[in-house]
Amino acid sequence: MNIELSISKFVTFLPLLIVTATVIVVMLMISIRRDHNLTAAVSVIGLNMALLAVYFATQQGVQFLTPLMIVDGYACLYMAIVLISALAAATLTNAYIEGFGANREEMYLLLLIATIGGLVLACSRHMASFFIGLEILSVPLYGMVAYTFRTTTVFSLEGAVKYMISSAAASAFILFGMALMYAELGDLSFSGMTLALGKIVFSDTPILIAGLAMIFIGVAFKLSLVPFHLWTPDVYEGAPAPVGAFLATASKVAVFAVFVRFLIETGLHQQPLVENVLVFFSVLSMLVGNALALMQKNLKRILGYSSIAHFGYLLIALVAGGSFSQEVIAIYLIAYVLTNIGVLGVIALVSSPFGKKDADMLSDYRGLFWRRPYLTAVLTPMMLSLAGVPLTAGFIGKFYVVMAGVDAQLWWLLGALIIGSALGIYYYLRVIVTLYLPANAPYELDASSDWGHRIGGVMVILTTILMVFMGVYPQPIINLIQLIL
Amino acid sequence: MILIWIVLIPIIGGLLCWQFEKFGLGVPRWIALLSMLLVMVLGLYLWSTGDYVLSEALIQQSDWQVEYRALWIERFGISFHLAIDGLSLPLIILSGLIGVMAVGCSWSEIQRNVGFFHLCLLWSLGGVIGVFLAIDLFLFFFFWEVMLVPTYFLIALWGHRSSDGKRDRLYAANKFFIFTQASGLVMLLAILGLVWVHYHATGVFTFDYEKLRHTPMSFEVQYILMLGFFIAFAVKLPVLPFHSWLPDAHSQAPTAGSVDLAGLLLKTAAYGLFRFLLPIFPEAAHSFAPIAMGLGVAGIIYGAMMAFVQTDIKRLIAYTSVSHMGFVLIGVFSGSALAMQGVMVQMIAHGISASALFILCGMLYERLHTRDMRLMGGLWGKMSYLPFMTLFFVAASLGLPGLGNFVGEFLILIGTYSVSPVVAILASTGLILSAVYSLVMIQKAFYGPARSEDPIADLSLREFGLMLTLMACLLWIGLYPQPLLNISSESLGAIKYMSDVTTQKLGQ
Repeated sequence: MNIELSISKFVTFLPLLIVTATVIVVMLMISIRRDHNLTAAVSVIGLNMALLAVYFATQQGVQFLTPLMIVDGYACLYMAIVLISALAAATLTNAYIEGFGANREEMYLLLLIATIGGLVLACSRHMASFFIGLEILSVPLYGMVAYTFRTTTVFSLEGAVKYMISSAAASAFILFGMALMYAELGDLSFSGMTLALGKIVFSDTPILIAGLAMIFIGVAFKLSLVPFHLWTPDVYEGAPAPVGAFLATASKVAVFAVFVRFLIETGLHQQPLVENVLVFFSVLSMLVGNALALMQKNLKRILGYSSIAHFGYLLIALVAGGSFSQEVIAIYLIAYVLTNIGVLGVIALVSSPFGKKDADMLSDYRGLFWRRPYLTAVLTPMMLSLAGVPLTAGFIGKFYVVMAGVDAQLWWLLGALIIGSALGIYYYLRVIVTLYLPANAPYELDASSDWGHRIGGVMVILTTILMVFMGVYPQPIINLIQLIL
Repeated sequence: MILIWIVLIPIIGGLLCWQFEKFGLGVPRWIALLSMLLVMVLGLYLWSTGDYVLSEALIQQSDWQVEYRALWIERFGISFHLAIDGLSLPLIILSGLIGVMAVGCSWSEIQRNVGFFHLCLLWSLGGVIGVFLAIDLFLFFFFWEVMLVPTYFLIALWGHRSSDGKRDRLYAANKFFIFTQASGLVMLLAILGLVWVHYHATGVFTFDYEKLRHTPMSFEVQYILMLGFFIAFAVKLPVLPFHSWLPDAHSQAPTAGSVDLAGLLLKTAAYGLFRFLLPIFPEAAHSFAPIAMGLGVAGIIYGAMMAFVQTDIKRLIAYTSVSHMGFVLIGVFSGSALAMQGVMVQMIAHGISASALFILCGMLYERLHTRDMRLMGGLWGKMSYLPFMTLFFVAASLGLPGLGNFVGEFLILIGTYSVSPVVAILASTGLILSAVYSLVMIQKAFYGPARSEDPIADLSLREFGLMLTLMACLLWIGLYPQPLLNISSESLGAIKYMSDVTTQKLGQ
């Protein structure tokens, strides 16, 4: 096929190109001389430049890059979110991996490659790029989850293997589902599928439905929706905290972005059957995710379950449909990403520099307020944001979701949301109050005393300020999203 | 601007308390005290400059005395809209007064993390004040939730074990938060439902009280949305089936927390019923009134009977709140202007008397280290002032003429009698029951043989001052309630008008 490369096409392609170039530079640097801080600096600079390039890409209007990718406002928004998540993970890694005995630099390499996958997913408008992006995103993550397994507990390796097997199975499902859909529709691009769908009656095509079901299963695995959530808490627990931050934010957001684009462009989410499946996932995720978190004593596992519940809330917006739903999803995901970066950032900071294990038990955080008041002042609003209490971004997100649900009159889903939130409050509060209880034992793990001056600390504080700002005065962010979408 | 300052002073004061703890434990206490005094002074200033007169004419519009409005989230027509009228003004002044009392009574009780304690206390007061001032429904919900988190901390970090030792303070705090937060979400659903109904009818997104009041709705929609609001207010008030968080939270909170809860937080629910439920959903409220009044009567009797069997003195007082709030519920739904006035007086008087009783319990606890009445007894002979003060406030709470609570309950009963004699008669049994449990409490705690020979310190000057202030307020309301009735009459008249006109329309 003849690809015409004009300047504006080139500019829209820049974010992807810059990250790819950074990967090559980092790879070459590592092979010449290992220098942890330099590698980190180059990665962060590359990601920042890519983020800047996203801004220029938004100026170019809608651009099609080959039949596989499209760069429109939607793609730019999710590219930006992926890049910001990657940046956060990179800055956290810097302090975290300092004390790691073996080679440290490859972590950045894997992170950057996974970021490319996320960017591809955000721009994807074709089943092929959907799958390619998914694999570029997932495969490096296996390595990242297990990165510290030599010196740490066995959980890291267990998590990685679990993630690899379930993720590979999910990919296989998606691939087979695509093949089945292709058999019925004869096209792999989203727009071509939309055309083909117009010519058939959805409920008369069992092969198409089977294919769609397999794609749903695969995506549900990646997004850890109940009942495909079993890997989530183990992987969250096993992964090093910065990797957890990336996994929870960039990886999930990118998959969700392409999934939403696929459903909305093909209009499949308005088929009653598909809608019922989404409702099923949503209700189960909200209730089971929150219920399973109740008795956990491990902060990372709590976050894993909480992310299950949050994607359950998010599906309400998708079920509601309509032009409003994209705005809802964007706002909710931004709030979700900011909050998760904050919480996992604090875990990473408390666990830095890397020792035998991460500080992930609640008991490690007992009395944190009395020895690290400002770090607690970060973690408290973050937990409240997860719970959806006003003054935080999480509340604005939940407000939007409820708004969408009320508009579409999804009373059962909203009922489940209320029950889920009430359950959620219990375990989020348990975490919060632990921070303020008097410490009863000498603590082993603690953030280094200069955490606030390290780049990770600065990043976490900035995230908190942004998160609270979004909760108190969301209008600028709403304007931005309306402008972009 | 003055309204913003009333909300901001506690918030800023709280932050200062937290940061200035390093200069000594006394500093946060003085900052907190001054902030709350300032709020009270601003409230009194608003009273003196506002135009509050008793008028017989029907008022058709809300009479905002001072208003502040700024755009906030234009996307949904949300504005930062504060306003004060005769309904909110007395509650603002009460907030200042109770705030001062809460700071004063924790002066010696709280020795741990003083700065952070006052941060929580002041922020929760700031949230309460915001609730009383907000007339944008989003902003109202915002403050409604904001006041919960600091209150949660107050109970969770500085609370006490239950008397029987079975449940710790975290249990009470979690229960409180989950009850109120879940019911708050139901209210959020109702608010958003109202906004969407308004949007579909007019094409305008708005959360503004004045605009939403005129939303055209079918009766069924109105009823469902009204129930959403009612559940949130019923949990907070509390109304009978939703009350179970209250005894735990009240009895296990530190004194300032109990004062804050009983004196102010419960009043936000009654305020919400007046401000939002009646004017926005008049027909639905009218047809729901018999059920609500039934719940009110049940609450009065149930609360009184539960209070009677308690051995923990703070639990006893907590259950009396359930009982007294039953009167408030009846008055709000009676639809009689007289009863509404009574509710206003009852809210203020109960806020003062319940706070005073909790403060006295706190003083007893500091001296005896128990809240169990079976371990007290014979205190009358050992202290000269504290038992007398307790008797005074107990008498107020049981409705002794001459004190504030009598005026409130009397007006509510008279007003209700004209609407529903049965309810009024049943409710008045609450007065008898309250005499029974109050005197039992006095008898158990202060009479009988003394448990030990150790001397007990009497009231200090600070404690004496706190109690005298509250006594003076109750006496003033009891003997000369007219100024208070003047403040609120116009606003309540407007609310009655709003909830009446459409009721007549329905009848035609």
